[in-house]
Amino acid sequence: MINFEYSRTSSVKAALDVLAKNPGASFIAGGTNLVDLMKKGVATPQRLVDINNLPLKQISIDAKGLTIGALALNSDVAENEKVKKNYPLLVQAINAGASAQLRNMATIGGNIMQRTRCTYFYDTTLPCNKRKPGSGCGALKGYNRMHAIFGASDKCIAVQPSDMSVALAALDATVMVSSSKGERKIPFTDFHRLPGDIPEKDNNLQPGELITAIHVPVNSFNKNHYLKIRDRASYAFALVSVAVALKVNGNIIQSARLAMGGVAHKPWRLKQAEEMLTGSAIHDLSFAKLTDNIMQDAKTYEHNAFKIKLGKAAIAEAINKALQ
Amino acid sequence: MDKNYFFEDTITADEKRVDGVAKVTGAATFSAEHTIPGLTYAVFVCSTIARGTIKNMVLAKAKNAPGVIDIIYYLNCPVVPGYTSEIKEKNQRERVLNGLNVFADNIVYSNGQPIALVIADTWERAVYAASLVKVEYIEEKPETDFDNLMQKAEAPGWGGTYKRGDEDAYKKAEVMIENEYSIPAETHNPIEPHATVAVWEKNDKLVVYDKTQGPKSTQGDLALLFGLKRENIQVITEFVGGAFGCALRTWPHTPAACIAAKKIGRPVKLVLTREQMFTMVGYRPISWQKIGIGASRDGKLTGITHHAISNTSRYEQFSESIVDPSQNLHDCPNVNTSYKTLALDINTPIWMRGPGPATGCFALESALDELAYKLNMDPIELRLKNYAEVHPQNKLPWTSKHLKECYELGREKIGWHNRPSVPGTLKENGMLTGYGMGVGVFWAGRSSATARGTLYADGMFVLQSAISDMGPGTTTAMVSIAAEQMGLPPDKIRFELGNTDFPTGPTQGGSGSTTAVGTAVTLICEAMQVSLKEMAIESVPGFKNYKPEELDYKNGKVSAKTNSSTSISYTDIIKQSGKPELQVSKSTESFAQRDKYAMNSFSAHFVKLHVHPVTGVITLKKIVAVADCGRVISETTARSQMVGGAVGGIGMAMHEETLMDHHSGRYINANLADYHVPVNADIPAIDVLFVNKPDNIISPTGAKGIGEIALVGVAPAVANAVYNATGKRITRLPITPDKLI
Ligand SMILES: Cc1cc2nc3c(=O)[nH]c(=O)nc-3n(C[C@H](O)[C@H](O)[C@H](O)COP(=O)(O)OP(=O)(O)OC[C@H]3O[C@@H](n4cnc5c(N)ncnc54)[C@H](O)[C@@H]3O)c2cc1C
Repeated sequence: MINFEYSRTSSVKAALDVLAKNPGASFIAGGTNLVDLMKKGVATPQRLVDINNLPLKQISIDAKGLTIGALALNSDVAENEKVKKNYPLLVQAINAGASAQLRNMATIGGNIMQRTRCTYFYDTTLPCNKRKPGSGCGALKGYNRMHAIFGASDKCIAVQPSDMSVALAALDATVMVSSSKGERKIPFTDFHRLPGDIPEKDNNLQPGELITAIHVPVNSFNKNHYLKIRDRASYAFALVSVAVALKVNGNIIQSARLAMGGVAHKPWRLKQAEEMLTGSAIHDLSFAKLTDNIMQDAKTYEHNAFKIKLGKAAIAEAINKALQ
Repeated sequence: MDKNYFFEDTITADEKRVDGVAKVTGAATFSAEHTIPGLTYAVFVCSTIARGTIKNMVLAKAKNAPGVIDIIYYLNCPVVPGYTSEIKEKNQRERVLNGLNVFADNIVYSNGQPIALVIADTWERAVYAASLVKVEYIEEKPETDFDNLMQKAEAPGWGGTYKRGDEDAYKKAEVMIENEYSIPAETHNPIEPHATVAVWEKNDKLVVYDKTQGPKSTQGDLALLFGLKRENIQVITEFVGGAFGCALRTWPHTPAACIAAKKIGRPVKLVLTREQMFTMVGYRPISWQKIGIGASRDGKLTGITHHAISNTSRYEQFSESIVDPSQNLHDCPNVNTSYKTLALDINTPIWMRGPGPATGCFALESALDELAYKLNMDPIELRLKNYAEVHPQNKLPWTSKHLKECYELGREKIGWHNRPSVPGTLKENGMLTGYGMGVGVFWAGRSSATARGTLYADGMFVLQSAISDMGPGTTTAMVSIAAEQMGLPPDKIRFELGNTDFPTGPTQGGSGSTTAVGTAVTLICEAMQVSLKEMAIESVPGFKNYKPEELDYKNGKVSAKTNSSTSISYTDIIKQSGKPELQVSKSTESFAQRDKYAMNSFSAHFVKLHVHPVTGVITLKKIVAVADCGRVISETTARSQMVGGAVGGIGMAMHEETLMDHHSGRYINANLADYHVPVNADIPAIDVLFVNKPDNIISPTGAKGIGEIALVGVAPAVANAVYNATGKRITRLPITPDKLI
């Protein structure tokens, strides 16, 4: 129990001002991740800036696409009729995450900011470079069944746990950000980062920046599927997950989006595979070639070698499901 | 809800759980919820290494934190009489009486071991102060990796081997199979955490509100530890929010709270966190098993060899009867078994629902399934062919055995005729479809118990016994028995428990509460009826000239057999007798005819499931659970037992695994997000069927026992169905998708 200060703000400007003045402050939205991290002593913010009153809850669709305010609830987005109709992949991915109770509290901004579920990160008595830079990676030679097979470093093999982020990466979303310096847009695939030598940094949001919205461009994908393979039917993080969005005309895939979750420190967009799929006839897909190609860069650890085979199976199944 | 029971006679068809309303409205008071004036709050500091010694504890910061009253650890712990010096003289790493003698010395036996207790005026302040305690260790490399240390296992003190007929006869059989099985540690994880509120009313008078399955055994343990007479200690356990075995013994937190309360002279509350529920109150031990089974070509078993190893801690021996089902569940002339334990730098395990047989039957029932395929025989036919009509070991008859009926009922209900005889050949909507079954067994019997019944003139009938009801519905069952015996409506009967001031009852475990306490209740009701007749003759004018045998007791009334108009209610008898109430206490001895009978409850579980052919994801489609548990006393709670056991068995088969980092010897999924138990979405329709034939030899209630057989046999039924669907024999639990691709 470390004492902290708390302030509630009702405008973006006020929130940014408080943060600018208090470098040790953290925004709190639904609190479903941050409060757990505080209870475990993993996060120790000196001040919480409650942003739940900010006017950032809109869910709007126009000719350019879908704009979701950072404070829209996961469940409100997933239950929105227009979103359901036009962005089924996003809805499936949100509904695959956590539990109904958590989705009722969790916000869109908080969801993409959620931290890894690596157990070494959560236990302050164990080594973790992400939590305590320089302390070592406990998972590297420890229990690593849930860990990364792509893009990891010897400093960190944790994975990004958000299901929704996998769909947003596939759908070429953009993260809208504000700070005292102004506004900027971050392409979703550049939002999360690989651990490299600074695993403590999950993403490219800069100190003092607030996520205000996420924009998903209008698309013409008529075949979508989010497949999540997990150890129980609900309320479990992905062993691997796959987001597929395809535009199929007649028998031909005219464009494709493919991303994986549970395999890397960021949603793992599969651009090369997308190119391979584009122009293919749907009855003539060579999954073996496609998935072998995807997995050739994979590097596994003691307990997660299965992710290669399971990943291949999941990609094939997700594409088949989308095409059904 | 559709009803799928097979009942010969049920006592009350629409009875309700008598504690249901209190539980769902929050009116039920659990151990942690007792508020006592002047209460203080204690929080453990736990070791962060698995093996070594504590060199130093830096307490200054914690002591000065706001609200802190005291910090107890090995250097300032008051003398606990039960921590005798002879223990110290023994091998330092071997403890006897109470497992871990909390705060006795500076040795660390496992990660998460309680090493200090911070007491403060609020719980939050105690939590904060506990985080300020700095501990310096002399660390040793822990040994926690069961798989890699198995060769170090040793036979437990009592021998651990068994042989009947020829050794390893299976090897010479016409048809034989051999396989190895692994089950990880499973943590009980009841919803209610362990909690103790300790109050010293006088220097030698202790009141403890404690989560325990056995108030009397907790009382006895504390009496030994603190050198008090039993009657100077009162243990109260009004409600228990689930336990599954983890509250079967006194763990270190209970004495710790008592030590603290004594030292500071104020009541102390100590509630374990979910993480501490993994490191302090046991788990189903990690196990390895190897089974070889041989049979003649026509399916008669000729030999079973079963070896098992399970883990214990470095400071205590803990053993389980894992190999017993191989000795006596199916008929086989040649059987040899061995059992060893492996001491690791982990906390001590404890019995978890179906202890022993749940582990052993996973291996045995999987092995039989494998053998059936090799024999090209239906697995049920194989079991029928080797049906034990008498106990194979001692040739005694069973008090009752209706396992055949279980097979028949389950086979019909699951639709066994749809089962493909060649695995991997049946598909439904593109899903590999499989059927499997497994048999469950557990000891039945009856322990001793005492209960007291008081019939009041206002019509209430109050029964009391010092047992606990961890959730199975013992209270409801006792009310059912008394209601039937006395011909009274259930709302006129109250069964009080969970208080050591009541007459002695057994610890709740091994499915024995209903038979033992139910027998005492039955005896009380019989004695009450005799007394009521005598009282009527004595005090009610119209009955003066009758003899007791000329009177009848029925539906709360005594009447003359020959003249039903001479009739009087029990309340009027008591009123007219001039006494305030009628009180009877009765004891039952434990079942005495062990040399004449074998005693078991049996179950058969049937599973239908789908396996995704590409991703390996299992979807359970249906479970049929059939019990030979004697007579069903309370339909509602018996059904709940079978459903809950099936869910626990699904967890064992598909989800539960307590994970450890072997560098630190630390559990790494000690929370309910990472330790998976089944969620609703995992659970299919569960049909419960009861043979429901009374076993009047074990007890006059007709009941045998149900809680354990509800789980035993579920995991192999799932694994066997997975094999039937896919042709993959999974012998290492839990069966997760990665094992099926
Ligand atoms: C048991 C459990 C299981 C779960 N299972 C899954 C799962 O299967 N799949 C899945 O995807 N998720 C899962 N989750 C995670 C859940 O989705 C996240 O906890 C949730 O989305 C976080 O949202 P929040 O609003 O509560 O964030 P908070 O906890 O409020 O915040 C999280 C972080 O985001 C920052 N933040 C919040 N809003 C902003 C903003 N607008 N700008 C900048 N920074 C911001 C906060 O400072 C904080 O660091 C699970 C969570 C739990 C507890």
